Amino acid sequence: MGLLSSTVSINRYYVEGKIEEHILGIVKKGLIKYSFKETGETLSDKMSGWTSFNNHFKPDFEGSSFVLGDYFVFSLRIDKKSVSSKIIKKYLYFETLKRLEESGQKYLPVNEKKLIKEHVMSVLLLRVPATPNIYDVVWNYEKSIICFFSNNKSANEEFETLFQRSFNKHLIKIFPYSEAVILSGLSDQERDALSPISLTNFME
Amino acid sequence: MLDASISYYRYAFLGCEFLTWVWYSVSTSSIKTILKKGDSLEIGKKIVLERKINASIEKITIKGKDADLEEGMISLKKGAVVKEINLLYKSGEKEWFFTITGENFNLSNIKTPDIGFIETKNDVEKFAIEKIFLFNVIYSLIDDLYKNFIKIRVSDKWKPVVSDIRKWIKT
Repeated sequence: MGLLSSTVSINRYYVEGKIEEHILGIVKKGLIKYSFKETGETLSDKMSGWTSFNNHFKPDFEGSSFVLGDYFVFSLRIDKKSVSSKIIKKYLYFETLKRLEESGQKYLPVNEKKLIKEHVMSVLLLRVPATPNIYDVVWNYEKSIICFFSNNKSANEEFETLFQRSFNKHLIKIFPYSEAVILSGLSDQERDALSPISLTNFME
Repeated sequence: MLDASISYYRYAFLGCEFLTWVWYSVSTSSIKTILKKGDSLEIGKKIVLERKINASIEKITIKGKDADLEEGMISLKKGAVVKEINLLYKSGEKEWFFTITGENFNLSNIKTPDIGFIETKNDVEKFAIEKIFLFNVIYSLIDDLYKNFIKIRVSDKWKPVVSDIRKWIKT
């Protein structure tokens, strides 16, 4: 689900620490360095990287193409390969049978079984095309707030990791406590009162 | 600030209390004092409530347009809190629907006012900026509501509010 979809989900983050100078250049450098690279056939079951908001399959961060008003707008692309467990089971069966016939043994040692599984997985992963998933990112650099357009847990984790690697900045998810401390303008006295707070019982 | 992984679980209840307070404020119309003049906030198409009974958790989900919220009130009477709520925000002729989860403040099922159709490639940037503006309206609302809530929550004003919420639940 993306920024322009009719129905969306959003997770909000706060960027810890301001990028004071040359923010445009720093962001552009990070986006280019960690942009999504088409690798063709690969053994990896997951690949990720930044891509352009308006062209998901051809990242282009030249100039200020990712700047929209007060925002940096770009996307995270995560390509995933998945092989059905039934297909793995089938190939594992035939490969095991082949090895048993070749060796003349009745059973295979655990270690060999493991190697066969690794071999089967690598053969299958080479054949299966990866499914691309796109998640839009809107970064309000004045307010240090980012909207990530998905509530998917693994996509959010991938986003947090890649963001830290690309821009050397830590993201803080906005949840009840962080919203109170970062965005609610509490005084020192109010912050102190927040620390020991405990659950309210709405029943008498 | 406390470590995020610790504070997330330690204070997750604040989000649920906030949503319970929002429901109470909408029902009693006290929300109007926080909203901009002429704007309104209504309970939308879904409320999820949760109640802990010893080691187990009882979950009540009320779904549907114009759904009867009585089951939810009964659940509140038994000691449940609001885990998730769908809200309808109206400002002028425009309407926003969104669902907010108390524990993590994730937003889902966000529907903003219609902005027409993208006809040419040049429209994309214009539409994106318009959409961002419309999403920001929801976040401004949430931030305003939460700021009001948390300032009351950490003050002496919370006790009388709890007393009012208890009366509201009973009626």
